[in-house]
Amino acid sequence: MGILEITAPTFEWLELSPLLTVLIGAVLGVVVEGLVPRAYRNLLQVAILVVTIFTAAGLLIVNWISARLGIFAMGALVLDGPAYVTWAAELLFGGLAILIFAERRAGQGASVFVAAAATVPGSKDERLANSIGREHTEVYSLALFSLSGMMVFAASNDLITMFIALEVMSLPLYLLSALARYRRLLSQEAALKYFLLGSFASAFFLFGIGLVYGFSGSLTLEGISSSITLSGTGRGLLLAGIVLLAVGLLFKIGAVPFQSWVPDVYTGAPTPVTGFMAIGVKFAAVMGLARVFFVALGGERWSWQPVLAVIAVLTMAVGAVLALTQTNIKRLLAYSAVSHAGFVLTAVVGANAFVPDGQINALGAISFYLIAYGFATVAAFGIVTLVRKGAGETLELGDWAGLGVREPVLAGAFAVALLSFAGIPLTAGFIGKWAVFSSAWSGGYAWLSIVGVGFSLIAAYLYLKVLVSMFFADPASSVSAVKPSLATWIPVIVGAIGSLVFGLFPGPLMDLLSHAEVFLR
Amino acid sequence: MILLEPELTGQTLYISGGVFDFAWLMLAAPAVGAAVLLLTGSFFDKRGHWISILAVLASFATALAIFVQFLIGGGGSYSVDYLNWITTPAWSVNIGLYIDQLSILFALLITGVGSVIHIYSVGYMAHDVRRRRFFAFLNLFVFAMLLLVLANDYLVLFVGWEGVGLSSYLLIGFWQHKPAAAAAAKKAFVMNRIGDLGLTMTVFTLLAFLGSSSFADVDAKIGTLSPQWITAVGLFLLLAACGKSAQFPLQAWLLDAMEGPTPVSALIHAATMVTAGVYLVVRSHTIFAVSEIATTAVVIVATVTIFIGAWIGCAKDDIKKVLAGSTMSQIGYMLLAAGIGPAGYAFAIFHLITHGFFKANMFLGAGSVMHATGDDVDMRHFGGLARFLPVTFATFAMGYLAIIGIPPLAGYFSKDHIIEAAFEHNLVVGSAALLGAGITAFYMTRLMMMTFFGARRWEPGVHPHESPKSMTIQLIILALFSVAIGVVMNGWIQGWLAPALGTEVHEIQWLPTPIGLITLLVVIVGVAAGVYLFRVRPVPVAQPQTKNPLVIAGRNDLFGDLANETLVVKPTMFAAQVANANDTVFIDGAIDGVAVGALKLSEIGRKLQSGRVRSYALATFVGAVFIGVITIIGQLG
Repeated sequence: MGILEITAPTFEWLELSPLLTVLIGAVLGVVVEGLVPRAYRNLLQVAILVVTIFTAAGLLIVNWISARLGIFAMGALVLDGPAYVTWAAELLFGGLAILIFAERRAGQGASVFVAAAATVPGSKDERLANSIGREHTEVYSLALFSLSGMMVFAASNDLITMFIALEVMSLPLYLLSALARYRRLLSQEAALKYFLLGSFASAFFLFGIGLVYGFSGSLTLEGISSSITLSGTGRGLLLAGIVLLAVGLLFKIGAVPFQSWVPDVYTGAPTPVTGFMAIGVKFAAVMGLARVFFVALGGERWSWQPVLAVIAVLTMAVGAVLALTQTNIKRLLAYSAVSHAGFVLTAVVGANAFVPDGQINALGAISFYLIAYGFATVAAFGIVTLVRKGAGETLELGDWAGLGVREPVLAGAFAVALLSFAGIPLTAGFIGKWAVFSSAWSGGYAWLSIVGVGFSLIAAYLYLKVLVSMFFADPASSVSAVKPSLATWIPVIVGAIGSLVFGLFPGPLMDLLSHAEVFLR
Repeated sequence: MILLEPELTGQTLYISGGVFDFAWLMLAAPAVGAAVLLLTGSFFDKRGHWISILAVLASFATALAIFVQFLIGGGGSYSVDYLNWITTPAWSVNIGLYIDQLSILFALLITGVGSVIHIYSVGYMAHDVRRRRFFAFLNLFVFAMLLLVLANDYLVLFVGWEGVGLSSYLLIGFWQHKPAAAAAAKKAFVMNRIGDLGLTMTVFTLLAFLGSSSFADVDAKIGTLSPQWITAVGLFLLLAACGKSAQFPLQAWLLDAMEGPTPVSALIHAATMVTAGVYLVVRSHTIFAVSEIATTAVVIVATVTIFIGAWIGCAKDDIKKVLAGSTMSQIGYMLLAAGIGPAGYAFAIFHLITHGFFKANMFLGAGSVMHATGDDVDMRHFGGLARFLPVTFATFAMGYLAIIGIPPLAGYFSKDHIIEAAFEHNLVVGSAALLGAGITAFYMTRLMMMTFFGARRWEPGVHPHESPKSMTIQLIILALFSVAIGVVMNGWIQGWLAPALGTEVHEIQWLPTPIGLITLLVVIVGVAAGVYLFRVRPVPVAQPQTKNPLVIAGRNDLFGDLANETLVVKPTMFAAQVANANDTVFIDGAIDGVAVGALKLSEIGRKLQSGRVRSYALATFVGAVFIGVITIIGQLG
């Protein structure tokens, strides 16, 4: 006929409903900003957040139980076990982290976000905005957009969707990072650095997509995989593409040598945003990285395994060693985040897919590790927002001395989080470390497991240093913790209890993960 | 851990229902009692001991009900698993109970004597500010001891074994302000660890070779084990028994353990815990039945200990230490009977039960004497107390007549059977057992004479008075048992235990046999010697100097401590010092070196974090090049 036929796109509403719910929640937030008077916005935004998260989680559970697995949205998204795990974790940890945004007691009645972002720091306008109690309630909406990006990123079935998800995930975070109420210049500097470096890394990623497309003629992960097994020519193109894809992905998870943004951004961003970033981005990025490397590039594993092994060692080393001399608690947690990226990479390197029934493979180990990390992270950053000296947070480690005497409950929860980070037995972190190291071991990278154990010893020192300071040093003067509202209590308690429960009874979660650890192709 | 549907395993007559469904209560009651008293803080300081007594009485009532069920219902055994504890691909361990004629008899002894001593302690510990804690520890002990005898698996038994070790440690050192008590507690704990090693090795061996450590599986599969390993297991079990039951060469801790409060000495270090070794050997009879070397070793250890204990009993002036030496020696008799084989099992348990009563009786009597004399334990400061402590004297005398074996008191029947069995087994062993009985009579007579008769050698300011009712009634109860339990159990014990131990029932002699008559003669000689030396001749107040090496050795616990010191402690300390030096110089050096190195690296590394975004971007670019290079290198190789 000569006329181009356009078929209507199909879209599986039911299967994708959790994702859509989050997007609708985000859009609703924007609508609220436009239509509702300032006085009601904050309350309404929090209500939208809670309803969105719970609805999405409910739909997700229904879908998961009904086993609605498959490739959807015309091949753009894949919903398999790992995608469900990631979505559930993103909703849980993301929801908890965003909930901390709503804490108002920490800032003496105001939120931790700047009153008016457009004002020049230290200017008359800023003081005016402060005095009339302005605040940015868009933060919830931005965070929900970012959350949707994270969900899509981990469930993308082709590289273009993945790239778009990467940007959807990152752009709101750049903005959020700039919105700290105190130390605004630091916050703005951090945001700009994050934006510039993030764009730089995106460029690598995009270039990588181009080269891989050039090699395979396909953008879908399955297409790339099959052309790797079929074709023998043009491997240079493929290898260059792999390297560039790796740069983009490793940048997002904060692996060395692409970690330089992590300490500055983690420190500059408002603490609740840092917490959201720390777990949300890391979870999505690691799962996305695993998906690209396992599904699309699985046939080339002999090429990328040694590279990632070197990266893992460097990441563990730099994260653990540089954290030793940090005196700022957020910077310390930032370096700790870097070292955790290294630990979890060991399981990616091992990439052992086939395990006896009832045990977990590399992907299950990665998921468990990240879930353990998520619980501890949510609790830790929640508590960091609460420890105050005067108006602002006090991040100097010296000021945390003796906190265990003044605030036994908070310090106890923080201690649990730290022990879980350190991987002390009876915490979830221990099981996580055990899972990733044994996964690397059975994947043929025994030496990497041993190196990993070595570095986790070094890393343990810094967590213990904080513990000792909190519980065995004389209390520092003029430091107090605010009495938090439920908005912070819930994440802190859930985080601490989760760290303990999954350390004591890892069985059920392991069991769940062992049934949700195969990527659908 | 997985909760199991209570599922009956092994042979059983009682499928469900009845008192057996409440067997767990025996353990739960004292466990809850201990937990409540320990966890509620000072809330129960005043009245807490009643909780403790209630718990042990509940336990006793349950044990009694089950015992009666056995009496009415006849043979069979009852084994139930409650909880899956550990599961590995190779083996799994369940937590459960095993109740048969043997274990229920123990449970009765533990809870029965335990109840009596709990009530006695109310008066004895009335003025102690930490009384609540004392009763909590007593309950903890009862729980652990019951777990030991009711467990259906060696590993679970081991948990109880360690539990009684812990409570023994806590109670010996209960008066922690006394350095001697603290040191004694530590000594008991350390020496017991050596015995514990034997039990852990047993469990390891059984799990490794038989894939299970439950009694049922071990009984069924022991034949598949190679003879060397059976012997090894038997010797491991003997080592464990030596530790817990203070048998040679691990006997030294029991004398020091007398630093604990006297009710503790009576319950733990006379009647129950120290007999755990005998229980272990009898319970493991299927293992010993197939290893002659192990049984011979048991007999030798037992015989040696009979003499060591008796010897120490002759030389000590401390009333409790005399009784402790006597305990060692009497447990030696039990172990001897257990080592003789099927012919002796029932008599070992028989003597264990009678000894539990008369020794607890005498320990509590000694406590009453100490109560009267201002906590003095030196018998050279006693004398002539019979008139002032009539109840204590009368009850003590029953215990005395029972232990030396005057018919028809308890000890006569139980010990006589053992000596006869020993003669049937081997002439040398029989003669040793016979001689031991004579020495027992001698040192117990010495104790009686020095304490209750003769001149009053009291310290100034001591005005002896009879103890309160709560103590004397307990003495009377135990004395009645010391008198009657032998007659009651003599014709019955063999038949009772036969289903549990698989032994045959032999004809029991009620009247003295020729050997029995000779024994009686030897005992009378011993008594006469004791009376002559310590009644007819005056007893010096100060311990007389002597050059007699036998006496010196006896006073010094046969140099057990010296032997330990030179053979074990000094080499161990030397090894520890070497290890410590190695630790400080090499290991710490290495670790510290790494730590210092890491910190230095950290100092250098953090300078790279300049804060300039252009250097970060450059680092990212260099990083990209770097992994590109690695990839290429990977392709080349």
